[in-house]
Amino acid sequence: MASKSPTARWISRPPGLTRAERRLVEAKNRLTSPWASALALVIAALWTVPTFGLLVTSFRGNRRDITSSPWWEALAPANWGGFSLANYETALGPQNKLGDYFTNSFVVTLPSVLIPITLALLAAYAFAWTEFRGRNILFIAVFSLQVVPLQVTMIPLLTQYVNWGLNGTYWVLWLSHAMFGLPLAIFLLHNFMREIPRELVEAARVDGAGHVQVFLRVIMPLMTPAIASFAIFQFLWVWNDLLVALAFAGNTPEVAPLTARLSDMVGSRGSAWHLLSAGAFISMVVPVAVFLALQRFFVRGLLAGSVKG
Amino acid sequence: MFRPTRILAALAAVVWLAGLTACGQAQSTTSAPETTTEAEGADAACAAYAQYGDLAGTKVTVYATFIDQEGSEYESSWAQFAECTGAEIAYEGSRDFEAQLPVRVEAGAAPDIAILPQPGLLRTVAATGKVKPAPAAVAANVDKYWSASWKAYGTVDGTFYAAPLGASAKSFVWYSPAMFADAGYTIPTTWDELTALTEKIAADGKAKPWCVGIESGTATGWPATDWVEDAVLRFAGGDNYDKWISHEIPFNDPSILESLTQMGKLIHDEKYVNAGIGDVQSIAAEPWTDAGYPIVDGQCYLHRAASFYQTNWTTLDESLVVGEDGDVWAFPLPGLTADSKPVIGGGDFVAAFSDRPEVQAFQAFLASPEWANAKATATPQGWVTANSGLDATLLKSPMDQLAFSVLADPGVEFRFDGSDLMPSEVGAGSFWKEMTAYFAQDKSAADVLAAIESSWPK
Repeated sequence: MASKSPTARWISRPPGLTRAERRLVEAKNRLTSPWASALALVIAALWTVPTFGLLVTSFRGNRRDITSSPWWEALAPANWGGFSLANYETALGPQNKLGDYFTNSFVVTLPSVLIPITLALLAAYAFAWTEFRGRNILFIAVFSLQVVPLQVTMIPLLTQYVNWGLNGTYWVLWLSHAMFGLPLAIFLLHNFMREIPRELVEAARVDGAGHVQVFLRVIMPLMTPAIASFAIFQFLWVWNDLLVALAFAGNTPEVAPLTARLSDMVGSRGSAWHLLSAGAFISMVVPVAVFLALQRFFVRGLLAGSVKG
Repeated sequence: MFRPTRILAALAAVVWLAGLTACGQAQSTTSAPETTTEAEGADAACAAYAQYGDLAGTKVTVYATFIDQEGSEYESSWAQFAECTGAEIAYEGSRDFEAQLPVRVEAGAAPDIAILPQPGLLRTVAATGKVKPAPAAVAANVDKYWSASWKAYGTVDGTFYAAPLGASAKSFVWYSPAMFADAGYTIPTTWDELTALTEKIAADGKAKPWCVGIESGTATGWPATDWVEDAVLRFAGGDNYDKWISHEIPFNDPSILESLTQMGKLIHDEKYVNAGIGDVQSIAAEPWTDAGYPIVDGQCYLHRAASFYQTNWTTLDESLVVGEDGDVWAFPLPGLTADSKPVIGGGDFVAAFSDRPEVQAFQAFLASPEWANAKATATPQGWVTANSGLDATLLKSPMDQLAFSVLADPGVEFRFDGSDLMPSEVGAGSFWKEMTAYFAQDKSAADVLAAIESSWPK
């Protein structure tokens, strides 16, 4: 094979492939070359090393060791005695109560993911499968809302929440995250929904299905990958959010999420960062679990709307 | 598959979780007044709070930078007030206080009381017109227990807004008493003796004398500005210091250049820094929180840092003893002569965004000696005030007692941290950046001062 030119390679394949398919085959060949694999390994290693260092640090109990020697020295078998769970015990202990904030984070995150998905599915259906005047302009308007940086909305939005008496409750977080998530959600789900073959929808119509039945019986089951991928995006974004939580809900134990507590754990003067390493891993557990659980949808979902199939 | 049953299950989980937190809240609020069991003792203790009246059913929100351990110390300092008056004090602390407060004030969600970490921020929020002037009871307390200069720091354009709360004394040099005893060094009492000691330590060759670090995230450079202020107060004098801050003399006045040059002789010289860490450039990259730690390992002899640095030692290792006979201790950064006692310090201030009676009562309480004593009792270490009504014997750590004795000493030439009083473009901007360049890029003292001067808002 190596002696043949790339042109000869695809000529030797069975005829009848479209140009797009040939391009896909070629892309696959290029991506599976040993050089690309080596590069991917190097990137993966570079990406993982700092996280691994953080993990090692989180088990080094003594603040003095952490300050005086780099983490890789702790890996030498002679130094293994220095490892302990002390940082995790302090982080989860009565003083820091990370467990309580964990609950807060769930209460903030789940509705903040479910609300935009629910609304966006309905909106996407309307944009994709119903005809009404001004549909395209409205869609472009929604789509272009994505470029509004959320920082500029803070003062007006907070003023409004204060007027409604909502500030300092979970409601502001649910509403804000839903608002900030909706433009992307509608765009992503709409594009995916457009790819569903028209014949399927029309066949259901002919059989007498209304919009509700088409939506629930035909569209929804096909939407799983797109929903899952957006759910991952939104979940990670809300779970890791600090800015919105601090600005709208405040840093009280009743509503503050894990990230707010984590950023405070370093202490008033930022000197207790050995606790941060443990806290970081505790807060990482959930996003990693969510990602692993939904990842089989993720790659499919990422391509949502990008390839005509 | 995305079945409705799953959505239902997820929603059920949400409701369940919300219920859990609601229970958590209920428990935490009911557990608060538990301490009333010793009813008779409480009555006697409450006599001092009778002046604030019956505030039952009211609520005061307090917002500040103190978090964690420090935050709970503040909360317990006013627990008695809450119990005796019946007012609920809802405290919220955040490390992002300085960014969040202006947003909240702008949006109408200002707290009743904000504890501002520096007077510069007071000027910013006072400019919004939403800060209430301090009530008469607060002014009376401040007149009685604080010096006039402290009252001036809480005053903007002739209106007294904010009473001082805590304070810090910054002009200290940390050292290891054991290392000094081993080497036969004595505590310097003049700047010349300090220079001589520095030379001697370097000549003895066991370790370099000074360890310095000015890295502090987005605020990198501020520890260096404290160094400069200390030098200016000594070599240019108190009058020039005041003129320098108010820009009556240019930032690069020859007296300031002389001060910076004198400072550079100690900590901008490869022979003397950066003990246990690296070269002069490493000063810019070393976190200020960790910069003193080489002392514990015997790799550094001297580290200039504020009194509150004592909490950093115990963060490093809880078994470290801070005290004259302990593992680490501090001496005041000497003046030019043995009897001059120049000291740089900082403090925080109580601003109110509401003039409801309970808020004003709480403000008056915070400005009283009763609060200062309660705070001293609640704090194991790392807090002092310039409130002269404080009973110094209540301070638990020897370092706090030393810092308080410095703040309360009328012979001390006290000046407020200059960078906190300068316009923020300089005091929280070019001053930090140029001092970082001074160490990181070896920028000359004259160029550094000229660059800061040109950034002063016209």
